[in-house]
Formats: sequence, structure tokens, C-alpha cells
Amino acid sequence: MGGLSLNYFLYLLQGMGWTVALTLLAFALGGLAGFLVMLARISPVPAVSRATAAYVQVIQGIPVLVILFIVYFGLGILEIDVPPLVAAGLSLTAYTSAFLGEIWRGAVEAVPRTQMEAAECLALTRWQALRDVILPQAVRIATPPTVGFLVQVLKSTSLASVVGFVELTRAAQVINNSTFQPFLIFGTAGLMYFVLCYPLSLWSRTLERRLNVGRR
Amino acid sequence: MSAVVRLRDVHKSYGAVEVLKGVSFEVASGEVVAVIGRSGSGKSTALRCINRLERIQSGMIEVCGRRVDDAALDLRALRQEVGIVFQSYNLFPHLTIEQNITLAPRRVKRMAQREARELAAEMLAKVGLSEKIDAYPEQLSGGQQQRVAIARSLAMSPRVMLFDEVTSALDPHLTGEVLRVMEALAKGGMTMIVVTHEMGFARRAANRVIFMHMGRVWETGPSSILSNPQTPELKDFMANEL
Amino acid sequence: MRYHLEFADLWPYWPQFLAGAVTTIEFTFVATVLGLVLGIVGAIARRSGTAWVRVAAGGYVELVRNTPFLIQIFFLYFGLASAGPRLPVLAAAALGQIEAAEALGLSTFQIYRDIILRPALERVYPSLTSQFTLMMLQSSITSQISAEELTGAANVIQSITFRSMEAYLVVGLLYLLLTLLLKSGFWALGQVLFPRRRRLGTAL
Repeated sequence: MGGLSLNYFLYLLQGMGWTVALTLLAFALGGLAGFLVMLARISPVPAVSRATAAYVQVIQGIPVLVILFIVYFGLGILEIDVPPLVAAGLSLTAYTSAFLGEIWRGAVEAVPRTQMEAAECLALTRWQALRDVILPQAVRIATPPTVGFLVQVLKSTSLASVVGFVELTRAAQVINNSTFQPFLIFGTAGLMYFVLCYPLSLWSRTLERRLNVGRR
Repeated sequence: MSAVVRLRDVHKSYGAVEVLKGVSFEVASGEVVAVIGRSGSGKSTALRCINRLERIQSGMIEVCGRRVDDAALDLRALRQEVGIVFQSYNLFPHLTIEQNITLAPRRVKRMAQREARELAAEMLAKVGLSEKIDAYPEQLSGGQQQRVAIARSLAMSPRVMLFDEVTSALDPHLTGEVLRVMEALAKGGMTMIVVTHEMGFARRAANRVIFMHMGRVWETGPSSILSNPQTPELKDFMANEL
Repeated sequence: MRYHLEFADLWPYWPQFLAGAVTTIEFTFVATVLGLVLGIVGAIARRSGTAWVRVAAGGYVELVRNTPFLIQIFFLYFGLASAGPRLPVLAAAALGQIEAAEALGLSTFQIYRDIILRPALERVYPSLTSQFTLMMLQSSITSQISAEELTGAANVIQSITFRSMEAYLVVGLLYLLLTLLLKSGFWALGQVLFPRRRRLGTAL
């Protein structure tokens, strides 16, 4: 019963690198999609708003793991041969888009209605008002929960292991399958996730505190 | 003098509750009209219908020759001609005072940056706040913020200015500075419709007073009606105001 | 290779789907209650007078919050399996859900008394509902340690029928139905438990 050899540790580190890569990918693409989701949700056209609301409800009402399976096997049916990274990336992008879309919609709606009124009474169009008045104020409100959600995305990347993508969790599984030291291996992997997530959690909480102090 | 604002038999409801029960009045160019009444009398609602912040169920509203109640109305064109100042100033907190004032001229009228800054300086001089041009709203007192709000609306060169209880949210010692700006505006010939509780302002600056009660125009006339109310409701209202 | 979806092949397995759904609900309920209890203990410990208790409890909560659920259950399940007796999957899952009560933000004072009293319960009720829902969705991860809940059922059935896409689509739909059921159930319960809310139609 040895400890953790350097080779294994490096393998875990490599997995950690892929975890970070997948997180950033999902967050970037999901953020873009989420922005569109938010715009659609606040649209004055009822059909657009309702259709997007349905999309959000569906994504939020199904476990990420099931979404992942659907995408993974779906791509298989379409006979599109893609690496697990793509399946995982797509699933997490959808997941992220729904949640960030809702977070950002909440932030936009938290900006007092009177700001929109004042802007429109100055003859600004709805888009101009959104861009120059509402969104800048919404960004401040949205930042703490957005950073907090980044932590969720990071943790969700562990599910990519299920479709064979070698991020940190998969790397740990592979090592454990040959060394059979689950407490050590998964414990180390857990600590590595902790090192990634904890600073983000702290930062999110600091941002939240600062926001509440600054609010009038 | 032609009528710049015309309301005829305006009805408005919020759901099942009717708040405007047939409001009619006219405001001529250059006139300053004070609208007074109890809370719930519909005075703010009537004001907000004029620039279509609220929609009406029936009746006619005409502003600067445009039919406000028409669904095909060019809302942006209307709002360039009608400025409004709110009770809670509604300045944009993330922008400086200059940016607050120049935003609309630059976006809507495509004004150049330098020209817009000059305009802002001119407007701020009118309200006596030239030195605050680079400050942020949170650094200003309530009275100062309200004066900036007036400057911001004036920067769009409106033909009519609406004031919705603009001093009600201010500490008493700050109302004076705002009222002085409004009186100067009135002297300068701006067409103004002022919903207010400030009877002093109504007496000094208003050409006409409209007393609203229970969703209707109850009594109207020159500011002398404040001292000589004809209807018992206005008598009652004035007695409580003192 | 399939060119069209064939749901009919799944039909004989509807009892397994149903059993999986029931297990999911059971898991969710037990895990939430256990998590709530542990969370209350944790929240009390976090306000303890003794420094090391505070730090330990706080540290544990942070650890759980900042590591993936999958790692947690692998750690406990495989770890305890190799060290000794088999820990029920459920307990392993529940231990990781301390976030439940923490997320509800109950103060020690409230925990001691008011959790029994209605007004405070009414205040935390909305977050309780959403926490329950979140837990239910999280429970799908236990399929990775062979728990026989809904996702696990799909895993098994698709390996027999080779109708993977269909199986997971069906299961996805079932989760949506469960979510809807859960939300309506909680709403109805809330109307019964909190007559004030029912009469006034407003939240506290």
C-alpha cells in the first residue's frame, strides 16, 4: 500500500487541466447562449418569451447526466463521430445557457422599472435603453451569482467522465482501477476540485457582500 | 394661442378599478397648469397618460398635434416633444451627471460628443449646478438630483414639460431650489403641466389650476380659486392643505 | 445504425421505469430529510462557542460544497466498500447533501424553536421546495454507483434493448413530470399548511 506516485499525481493534474478547459468552454459558449436566452425571456413578444421559458424549464427539470446521455447517444444516432469532449461540451453549454439565462434575467428585472421608464421617456429605443441604462446596472447585480454558478459548472464537468472524457474524475477512476486506493485517489481528486472551486466560492460571496453594502 | 395638450373624456382603468372617469382639459402653448388633488384623485395617472406611460381605455389625447391614443403613434417622436420629471428623479446611477444629460441627445439626435457636452454645461447652468458636471448622482443631494433630472429633460428641447410631484420626495429645505428652477422655466415661456402639492408654487407661477377629485376634473380656473374655492370638495381640500 | 426512433421496444419495461421513478422519489425524500438534519447540526456547530467545533463544521460544509457530488459518492462508496461493510448507497448520497440546510440559511435561534412554528417554516418553504427539486435531479448521479433509481433504470434498459436515445428521452420526460409533480405537490401542501398565504395570495 504505497502513497500516490508522482506519475499518478501528474495524471491527475492533467485531468485537472482538462476539467478547467471543459469548464471554460462550457462557460464561454453557455454564456453566449445564456445572453440570448435572457434577451428572449425579456422580449415583449409573448411567443418568444414563452418558448424560451419552456426551453429553460426543460433543461432545468432534467438532470445534467440525462442531458449528457441524450446528447451523447443522439450524436451517435446521427452518425456524427465526435470525441466525448464535444458531447460533454454541448450538454454543459445547454445546461449553462438555461441557468445563466435565468440568473441574468433576474438581474435585469432587479433593475428598477423606473430606470426603463426614464430612459424611454427620453425617447431612447428599447435596445438603446437596455444597452446604455439597464444592462450596465444589471451586470453589477448579476456578477456574484454568475461567479457562484461557475462553481456549479466546474463540479458538473465531473459527469463528463461518464462518457469517457478524461477529466479529473475519469483520471481518478482510471488510477483507482489499478491501485484500488479509493480514499487516497478520490480524496486527492476531491482536494484538487476544492482548490479550484473554493476561491471562486469565496470571491462570489465577497462580491455579494460588497453589492449589498453598496446598495441603497 | 393653440392648444398643445388636449384631453377629451379620457377613461382609464387598472383592471376592474376605474381611476379616470372622463377627464377633459386643454393646455395652451406657454401655459403653466398646476394639477392638484388628493392622492387617488387620478392626477398622476392623467399626467402619465399624456406621454403614454399609461394607456387609456377610451377618450382622446392630443399632444403637439399627435393623437396619443392612436396605436400607430410614433412614440419616440412624441417623447422628444414631451419631457417628464419624476418624483424619484430616476437619474442613471452608473453615469456621471454629464453622461446622464448627454445620453439621449447623443443616441436619439446623433449629437456629437463635444456638442453634447456643451449642451450639458448649458443646461446645468440653467439649473444652477454647473460645477457638478463630472459628479455621480449619489454624490448629490435630493434637490440637486432633481434639478439635474430637469436639466436632463430640457436637453432634448421639449415643447411640453410634465412634472409628477417632483418635490414630494424631498426634504422640505430642498424643495425651494427645485421650485425656483421651475418658476424660472415658467417665466421663460415653457408649457408646463405640474402635478403638485405646493400651493405656493401654484399661486406664484401657475396660469391655471386644475383640481381633480375622484377621477374627474372637479374645478378649474386661475390660481385665485385656491383662495376662493367654488366647490365644497375644493374648499375641503384647501382647508386640509393649510 | 438507426434512422428513426423506436419507442415501442421500451414498452415492456414500463414497470422498471416506474420502479426507478419511485426509488428516485424515495431517495430524494430521505436524502433531503437526512441532509436537513445534518445541516441543522452543522449550522448549530458553526455557531458554537468552541473554536475548533466551528472550524471543523465550517470546513466540512465548505468541503462538501466545493467538490463534485460524483467524487463524494465515489469516495464514500468505493472507500467504504474496500475498508469494510457495504454502506447503503442512500446514506452515502445523503451525507453529501449537507448543503441542503445550509442553503436554507436557518439561524441557530430559528432552528432551535421556530422550525416547529409555522411562520418561520413558511419563510423557508420556497427554498425547501427548490432544494427538494435540486436533490431529485442530483440523485440521478447515484446511478453511477449502481443505485436503482430512474437514471439507473435507463442505463439497464438501454443496455438490453440498445434503444439508448429512446430510453434517455423517456427518462428525461419522466424527470420533467416528476419535477412538475413535486412543484404542484409542494404548492398544494403550502396552500393547506399556510392559510394566510392562501387568503392573501402574497408571500411573507
